[in-house]
Amino acid sequence: MSDFRSRIAVLDYGMGNLHSAAKALEHVAPGDHVVITSDPLEVARADKVVFPGVGAIRDCMAEIRRLGFDDLVISAIAEKPVLAICVGMQAVMSHSEENGGVDGLDILPGQVRYFGDDLRAADGERLKVPHMGWNKVHQTIDHPVWHGIEQDTRFYFVHSYYVAAQQPSDVAATCDYGPQFSAALARGNLFAVQFHPEKSHTAGLQLLKNFVNWDGKS
Amino acid sequence: MSALAKRIIPCLDVDNGRVVKGVQFVDIRDAGDPVEVARRYDEEGADEITFLDITASHEDRDTTIHTVERMASEVFIPLTVGGGVRKLEDIRALLQAGADKVAINSAAVSNPEFVRQAAEKFGSQCIVVAIDAKQVDAPNGDSRWEIFTHGGRKPTGLNAVAWAVQMASYGAGEILLTSMDRDGTKNGFDLGLTRAVSDGVNIPVIASGGVGDLQHLADGVLEGGADAVLAASIFHFSEYSIAEAKSFMAEQGIEVRL
Repeated sequence: MSDFRSRIAVLDYGMGNLHSAAKALEHVAPGDHVVITSDPLEVARADKVVFPGVGAIRDCMAEIRRLGFDDLVISAIAEKPVLAICVGMQAVMSHSEENGGVDGLDILPGQVRYFGDDLRAADGERLKVPHMGWNKVHQTIDHPVWHGIEQDTRFYFVHSYYVAAQQPSDVAATCDYGPQFSAALARGNLFAVQFHPEKSHTAGLQLLKNFVNWDGKS
Repeated sequence: MSALAKRIIPCLDVDNGRVVKGVQFVDIRDAGDPVEVARRYDEEGADEITFLDITASHEDRDTTIHTVERMASEVFIPLTVGGGVRKLEDIRALLQAGADKVAINSAAVSNPEFVRQAAEKFGSQCIVVAIDAKQVDAPNGDSRWEIFTHGGRKPTGLNAVAWAVQMASYGAGEILLTSMDRDGTKNGFDLGLTRAVSDGVNIPVIASGGVGDLQHLADGVLEGGADAVLAASIFHFSEYSIAEAKSFMAEQGIEVRL
Protein backbone atom coordinates (compact mmCIF):
# COMPACT_ATOMS: atom_id res chain seq x y z
CA MET A 1 0.00 0.00 0.00
CA SER A 2 1.39 3.40 -0.86
CA ASP A 3 1.87 6.08 1.72
CA PHE A 4 0.19 9.38 0.95
CA ARG A 5 1.48 11.13 4.01
CA SER A 6 3.83 13.94 3.25
CA ARG A 7 7.37 13.84 4.55
CA ILE A 8 8.87 16.78 6.36
CA ALA A 9 12.62 16.63 6.88
CA VAL A 10 14.16 18.70 9.69
CA LEU A 11 17.83 19.07 8.79
CA ASP A 12 20.13 17.89 11.55
CA TYR A 13 23.66 19.19 11.33
CA GLY A 14 24.44 18.89 15.01
CA MET A 15 23.51 22.45 15.92
CA GLY A 16 20.90 23.09 18.52
CA ASN A 17 17.42 22.26 19.41
CA LEU A 18 15.74 20.46 16.55
CA HIS A 19 13.31 18.76 18.85
CA SER A 20 11.28 21.89 19.45
CA ALA A 21 10.82 22.38 15.72
CA ALA A 22 10.02 18.71 15.14
CA LYS A 23 7.53 18.58 18.02
CA ALA A 24 5.74 21.69 16.80
CA LEU A 25 5.54 20.28 13.25
CA GLU A 26 4.17 16.98 14.58
CA HIS A 27 1.60 18.98 16.48
CA VAL A 28 0.34 20.88 13.40
CA ALA A 29 0.71 17.99 10.94
CA PRO A 30 -0.24 14.89 12.91
CA GLY A 31 -0.84 12.92 9.71
CA ASP A 32 2.60 13.60 8.22
CA HIS A 33 6.01 12.04 8.73
CA VAL A 34 8.35 14.43 10.53
CA VAL A 35 11.93 13.20 10.45
CA ILE A 36 15.02 14.74 12.00
CA THR A 37 17.75 13.74 9.61
CA SER A 38 21.23 14.32 8.28
CA ASP A 39 20.80 11.76 5.50
CA PRO A 40 20.87 13.39 2.03
CA LEU A 41 18.62 10.63 0.64
CA GLU A 42 16.02 11.32 3.31
CA VAL A 43 16.14 15.02 2.44
CA ALA A 44 15.88 14.23 -1.28
CA ARG A 45 12.69 12.22 -0.80
CA ALA A 46 11.09 14.72 1.59
CA ASP A 47 8.23 16.90 0.38
CA LYS A 48 9.19 19.80 2.65
CA VAL A 49 12.42 20.76 4.35
CA VAL A 50 12.98 22.72 7.56
CA PHE A 51 16.43 24.26 7.98
CA PRO A 52 16.84 25.31 11.61
CA GLY A 53 19.90 26.58 13.40
CA VAL A 54 21.04 28.05 16.68
CA GLY A 55 24.37 29.00 18.13
CA ALA A 56 27.36 30.58 16.48
CA ILE A 57 27.34 30.98 12.68
CA ARG A 58 30.95 29.87 12.24
CA ASP A 59 30.23 26.47 13.81
CA CYS A 60 26.96 26.19 11.89
CA MET A 61 28.57 26.96 8.52
CA ALA A 62 31.48 24.63 9.24
CA GLU A 63 29.09 21.75 9.93
CA ILE A 64 26.89 22.63 6.94
CA ARG A 65 29.91 22.52 4.61
CA ARG A 66 31.46 19.44 6.25
CA LEU A 67 28.24 17.47 5.77
CA GLY A 68 27.69 18.79 2.24
CA PHE A 69 24.47 20.47 3.34
CA ASP A 70 25.30 23.57 1.31
CA ASP A 71 24.48 21.79 -1.95
CA LEU A 72 21.68 19.89 -0.27
CA VAL A 73 19.90 23.08 0.82
CA ILE A 74 20.42 24.72 -2.58
CA SER A 75 19.00 21.73 -4.45
CA ALA A 76 16.11 21.37 -1.98
CA ILE A 77 15.13 25.01 -2.58
CA ALA A 78 15.10 24.34 -6.33
CA GLU A 79 12.55 21.57 -5.86
CA LYS A 80 10.37 22.01 -2.79
CA PRO A 81 9.30 24.33 0.00
CA VAL A 82 12.07 25.09 2.48
CA LEU A 83 11.61 26.92 5.78
CA ALA A 84 14.79 28.39 7.27
CA ILE A 85 14.64 29.37 10.94
CA CYS A 86 16.86 31.78 12.92
CA VAL A 87 20.51 30.93 12.20
CA GLY A 88 19.18 28.86 9.27
CA MET A 89 17.93 32.14 7.81
CA GLN A 90 21.25 33.84 8.53
CA ALA A 91 23.10 30.97 6.84
CA VAL A 92 21.31 31.51 3.51
CA MET A 93 22.60 35.09 3.31
CA SER A 94 25.81 36.20 1.59
CA HIS A 95 27.89 36.99 4.64
CA SER A 96 27.76 37.38 8.43
CA GLU A 97 29.95 39.65 10.50
CA GLU A 98 29.72 37.21 13.45
CA ASN A 99 32.92 35.41 14.53
CA GLY A 100 35.11 37.87 12.64
CA GLY A 101 33.29 37.36 9.34
CA VAL A 102 31.82 34.16 7.90
CA ASP A 103 30.58 33.54 4.36
CA GLY A 104 27.05 32.18 4.11
CA LEU A 105 25.39 30.10 1.39
CA ASP A 106 24.67 33.26 -0.63
CA ILE A 107 21.25 32.02 -1.71
CA LEU A 108 19.81 35.45 -0.91
CA PRO A 109 21.98 38.56 -1.16
CA GLY A 110 22.48 40.46 2.06
CA GLN A 111 24.47 40.85 5.23
CA VAL A 112 24.08 39.56 8.77
CA ARG A 113 25.04 42.30 11.23
CA TYR A 114 25.56 42.67 14.99
CA PHE A 115 23.01 44.74 16.91
CA GLY A 116 25.87 46.43 18.76
CA ASP A 117 26.83 46.96 22.39
CA ASP A 118 25.06 50.28 22.79
CA LEU A 119 21.81 49.69 20.98
CA ARG A 120 19.13 52.39 21.25
CA ALA A 121 15.57 52.77 20.08
CA ALA A 122 14.67 55.90 18.07
CA ASP A 123 13.58 57.61 21.30
CA GLY A 124 16.89 56.83 23.04
CA GLU A 125 15.61 53.87 25.09
CA ARG A 126 18.42 51.42 25.82
CA LEU A 127 17.89 48.04 24.17
CA LYS A 128 19.39 44.84 25.54
CA VAL A 129 21.25 42.37 23.31
CA PRO A 130 20.34 39.59 22.58
CA HIS A 131 16.99 40.73 21.23
CA MET A 132 15.03 38.26 23.34
CA GLY A 133 11.29 37.96 23.59
CA TRP A 134 8.06 38.73 21.74
CA ASN A 135 8.24 41.47 19.14
CA LYS A 136 5.91 42.69 16.41
CA VAL A 137 6.38 41.23 12.95
CA HIS A 138 5.23 43.56 10.20
CA GLN A 139 4.27 41.64 7.06
CA THR A 140 5.38 43.44 3.89
CA ILE A 141 3.96 41.03 1.32
CA ASP A 142 1.02 38.68 0.90
CA HIS A 143 2.22 35.13 1.14
CA PRO A 144 0.54 31.76 1.79
CA VAL A 145 2.76 31.34 4.87
CA TRP A 146 1.14 34.45 6.42
CA HIS A 147 -2.36 33.04 5.97
CA GLY A 148 -4.58 33.69 8.99
CA ILE A 149 -1.86 35.61 10.86
CA GLU A 150 -2.77 39.17 11.70
CA GLN A 151 -0.58 42.08 10.75
CA ASP A 152 1.93 43.00 13.51
CA THR A 153 1.44 39.77 15.44
CA ARG A 154 4.19 39.14 18.00
CA PHE A 155 6.60 36.25 17.54
CA TYR A 156 9.38 35.00 19.80
CA PHE A 157 12.90 36.16 18.89
CA VAL A 158 16.28 35.39 20.37
CA HIS A 159 19.29 36.65 18.42
CA SER A 160 22.18 39.10 18.58
CA TYR A 161 22.71 39.35 14.80
CA TYR A 162 20.14 40.45 12.26
CA VAL A 163 19.63 40.15 8.54
CA ALA A 164 19.86 43.20 6.32
CA ALA A 165 18.55 41.92 2.98
CA GLN A 166 19.97 43.59 -0.11
CA GLN A 167 16.90 43.10 -2.32
CA PRO A 168 13.73 44.71 -0.97
CA SER A 169 11.72 42.23 -3.05
CA ASP A 170 13.04 39.36 -0.89
CA VAL A 171 11.64 40.85 2.33
CA ALA A 172 8.43 39.26 3.64
CA ALA A 173 8.34 41.00 7.04
CA THR A 174 10.25 43.52 9.08
CA CYS A 175 10.79 44.09 12.80
CA ASP A 176 12.09 47.15 14.65
CA TYR A 177 14.74 46.75 17.33
CA GLY A 178 17.07 49.70 16.98
CA PRO A 179 17.45 49.20 13.25
CA GLN A 180 14.55 47.88 11.21
CA PHE A 181 15.65 44.41 10.13
CA SER A 182 14.34 41.56 8.00
CA ALA A 183 12.15 39.37 10.20
CA ALA A 184 11.20 37.15 7.26
CA LEU A 185 12.36 36.66 3.68
CA ALA A 186 10.67 34.89 0.80
CA ARG A 187 11.85 33.96 -2.67
CA GLY A 188 10.45 31.08 -4.71
CA ASN A 189 10.40 27.93 -2.60
CA LEU A 190 12.30 29.51 0.27
CA PHE A 191 10.67 31.13 3.28
CA ALA A 192 13.02 32.26 6.03
CA VAL A 193 12.23 33.62 9.48
CA GLN A 194 14.47 35.17 12.12
CA PHE A 195 12.00 34.40 14.92
CA HIS A 196 11.11 30.96 16.26
CA PRO A 197 7.68 29.86 15.03
CA GLU A 198 8.04 26.63 17.02
CA LYS A 199 8.13 28.77 20.18
CA SER A 200 5.60 31.41 19.18
CA HIS A 201 2.43 29.84 20.52
CA THR A 202 -0.71 30.04 18.38
CA ALA A 203 0.71 32.36 15.71
CA GLY A 204 3.83 30.24 15.38
CA LEU A 205 1.86 27.04 15.04
CA GLN A 206 -0.36 28.71 12.41
CA LEU A 207 2.77 29.70 10.45
CA LEU A 208 4.09 26.14 10.58
CA LYS A 209 0.72 24.80 9.51
CA ASN A 210 0.72 27.24 6.60
CA PHE A 211 4.19 26.10 5.62
CA VAL A 212 3.13 22.46 5.72
CA ASN A 213 0.16 23.28 3.49
CA TRP A 214 2.17 25.45 1.07
CA ASP A 215 3.09 23.96 -2.28
CA GLY A 216 5.97 26.37 -2.83
CA LYS A 217 6.85 29.03 -5.40
CA SER A 218 4.51 31.38 -3.49
CA MET B 1 9.49 52.87 23.11
CA SER B 2 10.50 49.51 21.73
CA ALA B 3 7.61 47.19 20.87
CA LEU B 4 9.50 44.27 22.41
CA ALA B 5 7.13 43.00 25.09
CA LYS B 6 8.17 42.70 28.72
CA ARG B 7 7.76 39.04 29.53
CA ILE B 8 5.71 37.42 32.29
CA ILE B 9 7.18 34.10 33.28
CA PRO B 10 5.45 31.72 35.66
CA CYS B 11 7.95 29.57 37.50
CA LEU B 12 7.38 25.94 38.38
CA ASP B 13 9.47 24.76 41.31
CA VAL B 14 9.41 21.03 40.84
CA ASP B 15 10.24 18.46 43.51
CA ASN B 16 10.19 14.83 42.46
CA GLY B 17 7.82 15.45 39.57
CA ARG B 18 5.35 17.74 41.38
CA VAL B 19 5.03 21.53 41.36
CA VAL B 20 5.70 22.95 44.82
CA LYS B 21 6.36 26.39 46.16
CA GLY B 22 8.22 27.05 49.35
CA VAL B 23 8.12 30.13 51.52
CA GLN B 24 11.75 31.21 51.77
CA PHE B 25 12.71 27.71 50.67
CA VAL B 26 11.25 25.90 53.69
CA ASP B 27 7.49 25.41 53.83
CA ILE B 28 6.39 23.56 50.71
CA ARG B 29 2.87 23.30 49.25
CA ASP B 30 1.81 20.99 46.43
CA ALA B 31 0.49 22.77 43.31
CA GLY B 32 0.11 19.87 40.91
CA ASP B 33 1.45 18.11 37.83
CA PRO B 34 4.00 20.33 36.09
CA VAL B 35 2.77 19.53 32.58
CA GLU B 36 -0.83 20.33 33.51
CA VAL B 37 0.24 23.55 35.20
CA ALA B 38 2.43 24.57 32.24
CA ARG B 39 -0.43 23.93 29.81
CA ARG B 40 -2.74 26.15 31.84
CA TYR B 41 -0.17 28.97 31.83
CA ASP B 42 0.36 28.52 28.11
CA GLU B 43 -3.38 28.89 27.53
CA GLU B 44 -3.52 31.97 29.75
CA GLY B 45 -0.83 33.66 27.66
CA ALA B 46 2.42 33.11 29.57
CA ASP B 47 5.40 34.36 27.56
CA GLU B 48 7.74 31.62 28.74
CA ILE B 49 7.84 28.91 31.38
CA THR B 50 10.65 28.40 33.84
CA PHE B 51 11.04 24.96 35.39
CA LEU B 52 13.30 24.73 38.43
CA ASP B 53 14.14 21.27 39.68
CA ILE B 54 14.55 22.07 43.35
CA THR B 55 15.65 18.65 44.52
CA ALA B 56 17.96 17.86 41.65
CA SER B 57 19.38 14.81 43.30
CA HIS B 58 20.85 12.26 40.93
CA GLU B 59 17.91 9.87 41.12
CA ASP B 60 15.51 12.61 40.06
CA ARG B 61 17.32 13.55 36.85
CA ASP B 62 15.40 11.02 34.82
CA THR B 63 12.09 12.27 36.21
CA THR B 64 13.08 15.80 35.25
CA ILE B 65 14.11 14.86 31.72
CA HIS B 66 10.90 12.95 31.24
CA THR B 67 8.78 15.85 32.54
CA VAL B 68 10.60 18.30 30.25
CA GLU B 69 9.95 16.02 27.29
CA ARG B 70 6.24 15.86 28.04
CA MET B 71 6.05 19.59 28.58
CA ALA B 72 7.91 20.42 25.35
CA SER B 73 5.51 18.24 23.35
CA GLU B 74 2.51 20.21 24.55
CA VAL B 75 3.63 23.75 25.23
CA PHE B 76 4.91 25.85 22.32
CA ILE B 77 6.49 28.75 24.14
CA PRO B 78 10.08 28.98 25.39
CA LEU B 79 10.99 26.69 28.25
CA THR B 80 13.88 27.32 30.63
CA VAL B 81 15.02 24.50 32.90
CA GLY B 82 17.30 24.88 35.90
CA GLY B 83 18.41 23.03 39.00
CA GLY B 84 21.41 20.75 39.30
CA VAL B 85 22.97 21.77 35.97
CA ARG B 86 26.67 21.03 36.48
CA LYS B 87 28.07 19.50 33.32
CA LEU B 88 27.89 20.13 29.57
CA GLU B 89 26.22 16.73 29.38
CA ASP B 90 23.40 17.97 31.67
CA ILE B 91 22.78 20.87 29.29
CA ARG B 92 22.80 18.67 26.23
CA ALA B 93 20.31 16.27 27.82
CA LEU B 94 17.92 19.08 28.76
CA LEU B 95 18.12 20.73 25.32
CA GLN B 96 17.50 17.37 23.67
CA ALA B 97 14.50 16.82 25.91
CA GLY B 98 13.06 20.06 24.56
CA ALA B 99 14.31 22.82 26.87
CA ASP B 100 15.13 26.04 25.02
CA LYS B 101 17.30 27.54 27.74
CA VAL B 102 19.14 26.11 30.69
CA ALA B 103 19.73 27.97 33.96
CA ILE B 104 23.09 27.50 35.66
CA ASN B 105 23.37 28.50 39.31
CA SER B 106 25.86 27.00 41.80
CA ALA B 107 27.99 25.41 39.10
CA ALA B 108 28.72 28.89 37.73
CA VAL B 109 29.93 30.02 41.15
CA SER B 110 32.14 27.00 41.71
CA ASN B 111 33.49 27.08 38.14
CA PRO B 112 32.85 30.28 36.14
CA GLU B 113 34.60 28.75 33.11
CA PHE B 114 31.68 26.32 32.87
CA VAL B 115 29.48 29.22 31.71
CA ARG B 116 32.00 30.19 29.04
CA GLN B 117 32.25 26.60 27.81
CA ALA B 118 28.48 26.20 27.81
CA ALA B 119 27.94 29.41 25.84
CA GLU B 120 30.60 28.44 23.31
CA LYS B 121 29.18 24.95 22.93
CA PHE B 122 25.47 25.65 22.83
CA GLY B 123 25.25 29.40 22.16
CA SER B 124 24.55 32.28 24.53
CA GLN B 125 20.88 32.24 23.57
CA CYS B 126 20.30 29.14 25.69
CA ILE B 127 22.52 29.91 28.67
CA VAL B 128 20.81 31.64 31.59
CA VAL B 129 22.84 32.36 34.72
CA ALA B 130 20.69 32.22 37.85
CA ILE B 131 21.83 34.47 40.67
CA ASP B 132 20.51 34.18 44.23
CA ALA B 133 21.42 37.33 46.14
CA LYS B 134 20.93 38.70 49.65
CA GLN B 135 21.50 42.16 50.94
CA VAL B 136 24.43 42.29 53.37
CA ASP B 137 25.82 45.14 55.41
CA ALA B 138 29.43 46.02 54.82
CA PRO B 139 31.62 47.04 57.81
CA ASN B 140 31.56 50.68 56.66
CA GLY B 141 27.78 50.74 56.92
CA ASP B 142 27.07 50.49 53.18
CA SER B 143 24.95 47.65 51.98
CA ARG B 144 25.47 45.51 48.93
CA TRP B 145 24.14 42.28 47.51
CA GLU B 146 26.03 39.06 47.91
CA ILE B 147 25.57 35.79 46.04
CA PHE B 148 24.39 32.83 48.12
CA THR B 149 24.24 29.22 46.98
CA HIS B 150 22.67 26.04 48.35
CA GLY B 151 19.18 27.47 48.69
CA GLY B 152 20.42 30.63 50.37
CA ARG B 153 22.50 28.94 53.07
CA LYS B 154 26.01 29.39 51.74
CA PRO B 155 27.57 32.85 51.32
CA THR B 156 30.14 33.19 48.55
CA GLY B 157 31.61 36.64 49.11
CA LEU B 158 30.70 37.53 45.50
CA ASN B 159 29.10 40.88 44.75
CA ALA B 160 25.91 40.23 42.79
CA VAL B 161 26.26 43.16 40.38
CA ALA B 162 29.92 42.47 39.57
CA TRP B 163 29.12 38.79 39.18
CA ALA B 164 26.30 39.50 36.71
CA VAL B 165 28.68 41.66 34.65
CA GLN B 166 31.28 38.89 34.70
CA MET B 167 28.74 36.23 33.67
CA ALA B 168 27.52 38.40 30.78
CA SER B 169 31.12 38.77 29.60
CA TYR B 170 31.50 34.97 29.80
CA GLY B 171 28.64 34.54 27.36
CA ALA B 172 25.48 34.27 29.48
CA GLY B 173 22.50 35.28 27.34
CA GLU B 174 20.25 36.23 30.24
CA ILE B 175 20.30 36.68 34.03
CA LEU B 176 17.65 35.18 36.31
CA LEU B 177 17.95 37.31 39.42
CA THR B 178 16.36 36.14 42.67
CA SER B 179 16.31 38.10 45.90
CA MET B 180 16.65 35.53 48.67
CA ASP B 181 15.43 38.15 51.13
CA ARG B 182 12.16 38.51 49.25
CA ASP B 183 11.58 35.03 47.87
CA GLY B 184 8.31 33.68 49.24
CA THR B 185 7.52 36.83 51.25
CA LYS B 186 5.00 38.43 48.86
CA ASN B 187 6.51 41.81 49.70
CA GLY B 188 7.60 42.59 46.14
CA PHE B 189 10.89 42.37 44.28
CA ASP B 190 14.07 43.86 45.71
CA LEU B 191 13.88 46.79 43.28
CA GLY B 192 17.28 48.20 44.23
CA LEU B 193 18.96 44.91 43.40
CA THR B 194 16.96 44.53 40.18
CA ARG B 195 17.81 48.05 39.03
CA ALA B 196 21.50 47.70 39.88
CA VAL B 197 21.88 44.47 37.93
CA SER B 198 19.69 45.52 35.01
CA ASP B 199 21.62 48.77 34.57
CA GLY B 200 24.90 46.94 34.98
CA VAL B 201 24.54 44.42 32.17
CA ASN B 202 23.60 44.61 28.50
CA ILE B 203 21.73 41.27 28.50
CA PRO B 204 18.11 40.76 29.57
CA VAL B 205 17.39 40.42 33.30
CA ILE B 206 14.49 38.44 34.78
CA ALA B 207 13.41 39.74 38.19
CA SER B 208 12.40 37.06 40.69
CA GLY B 209 11.52 36.67 44.33
CA GLY B 210 8.76 38.29 46.34
CA VAL B 211 5.79 38.86 44.03
CA GLY B 212 2.59 39.10 46.05
CA ASP B 213 0.39 41.20 43.80
CA LEU B 214 0.18 42.63 40.30
CA GLN B 215 1.65 46.00 41.23
CA HIS B 216 4.84 44.15 42.19
CA LEU B 217 5.13 42.80 38.64
CA ALA B 218 4.69 46.27 37.15
CA ASP B 219 7.19 47.75 39.62
CA GLY B 220 9.80 45.18 38.58
CA VAL B 221 9.69 46.61 35.06
CA LEU B 222 9.02 50.30 35.78
CA GLU B 223 11.28 50.76 38.80
CA GLY B 224 13.57 47.75 38.65
CA GLY B 225 14.20 48.00 34.89
CA ALA B 226 13.63 44.26 34.46
CA ASP B 227 13.10 42.82 30.97
CA ALA B 228 10.96 40.02 32.34
CA VAL B 229 9.24 39.26 35.63
CA LEU B 230 8.95 35.84 37.20
CA ALA B 231 6.45 34.67 39.79
CA ALA B 232 5.26 31.37 41.16
CA SER B 233 2.74 31.25 43.97
CA ILE B 234 0.44 34.09 42.84
CA PHE B 235 -0.21 32.10 39.67
CA HIS B 236 -0.15 28.56 41.07
CA PHE B 237 -2.87 29.13 43.59
CA SER B 238 -4.94 31.11 41.06
CA GLU B 239 -4.82 34.35 43.02
CA TYR B 240 -4.28 35.99 39.64
CA SER B 241 -4.24 34.71 36.07
CA ILE B 242 -1.48 35.55 33.61
CA ALA B 243 -4.07 37.42 31.54
CA GLU B 244 -4.99 39.62 34.53
CA ALA B 245 -1.32 40.32 35.13
CA LYS B 246 -0.86 41.38 31.51
CA SER B 247 -3.91 43.65 31.45
CA PHE B 248 -2.72 45.28 34.65
CA MET B 249 0.74 45.90 33.24
CA ALA B 250 -0.67 47.21 29.95
CA GLU B 251 -2.77 49.72 31.90
CA GLN B 252 0.44 50.99 33.45
CA GLY B 253 1.90 51.65 30.01
CA ILE B 254 4.07 48.53 29.82
CA GLU B 255 4.41 46.76 26.44
CA VAL B 256 3.03 43.26 26.88
CA ARG B 257 1.91 40.53 24.52
CA LEU B 258 -1.85 40.38 24.93
